[in-house]
Amino acid sequence: MASLRDIKNRINSTKKTSQITKAMEMTSAAKWNRGVLNAKSFVPYMEKIQEVTASIAIGAGGVVHPMLQHRPVKKTGYIVMTSDRGLAGAFNSNVIRKVHQTIQSRHKSNDEFAIIAIGRVARDFFVKRGYNVALEIVGVSDQPSFQDIKDLTSATVGMFEDSTFDELYIYYSHYISAISQEVTEKKLLPLTDLTTSHKLTSYEFEPNAEEILKVLLPQYAESLIYGALLDSKASEHAARMTAMRNATDNASELIRSYTLSYNRARQAAITQEITEIVGGAAALE
Amino acid sequence: MKTMKVSVVSPDGPVYESDVEMVSTKALTGELGILPGHVPMVAPLEIGSVRLKKDGKTEFIAVSGGFLEVRPEQVTVLAQAAEMASAIDVERASRAKERAEQRMKDAKLEHIDFKRAELALRRAINRLTIAESK
Repeated sequence: MASLRDIKNRINSTKKTSQITKAMEMTSAAKWNRGVLNAKSFVPYMEKIQEVTASIAIGAGGVVHPMLQHRPVKKTGYIVMTSDRGLAGAFNSNVIRKVHQTIQSRHKSNDEFAIIAIGRVARDFFVKRGYNVALEIVGVSDQPSFQDIKDLTSATVGMFEDSTFDELYIYYSHYISAISQEVTEKKLLPLTDLTTSHKLTSYEFEPNAEEILKVLLPQYAESLIYGALLDSKASEHAARMTAMRNATDNASELIRSYTLSYNRARQAAITQEITEIVGGAAALE
Repeated sequence: MKTMKVSVVSPDGPVYESDVEMVSTKALTGELGILPGHVPMVAPLEIGSVRLKKDGKTEFIAVSGGFLEVRPEQVTVLAQAAEMASAIDVERASRAKERAEQRMKDAKLEHIDFKRAELALRRAINRLTIAESK
């Protein structure tokens, strides 16, 4: 059996760890709250822009725009959203596994696709495996503003427009609830599944539908990326919070069992001492 | 006087929501004034201000990169960035202005950086003008 001091050390270090995990759980909880709020405040913008885009794209029939059209796929772009840091349970590995499997099954050569990595974990993973990482952004704040990722979104959409990519997928962790997130694959471009639940309004266009689509569609695609990022941030903090709560629970469980063996060992030591004293006294008689 | 509902939304959340008498702004094709009962219309906006007339007072909102969607009883402005005149951070805007000017001096004409700096400068100047005019 381990010595008394060994067990004492282990209890202490486990306690320290549990303090850290507890603190991380608290900070994640706060960030999670904010993240969910941010995702919610983005909803009105998203709904509105979706509605307008759909009614223009569907309503103004006969309008062609490269972003609405399928073309032969020579190169595919994958936007992968992960966090910068670990300790978030299976959050990052779930996303990366899904992307990795998809790529393995769809492509034979590394030239057929490129990765756009958001978050250090995704960047490191794909760079290490020698995949083509076209764009990357690390150190996105926990409450990203639209301006923070504007450079990335416009560059990405630009790469579709100049035919670097012929289609664009986005992978992120969709936030369902504090304990459940789901890896989601979304086809970002070309925009094919534009639908609207609202009644179609027939607009007048100033100056004309083509000009408006030229401005509106990139903006819409950028908003989709930003929306996914907010979703992913909310998931990240929820995942980290749950992971840290589990860690804290496990630590208290460990401390309990260590304390038990510590007490047993102490009792054993006392008993042994008494036996020795009694034995010694008996030998003297 | 007849009013219409106006909402200004940006990706960072709703910025303004109220009933106003008239909306005027600058679209890519020129100045636009919208009164209640306007035909449905969509127009992209310049970097500039949206002016909202309400009870004899005018409120200013700085917008950059946006759209105007008009329906007979409602006007929606979708902007990539939008701020009420009172919410503009003047210090930040003047810093952005200086930065953009510096960059324009450094960058070569017609270079992509030059264009970006120019846009940044226009946004900064727009914010400053609107912050002053309130």
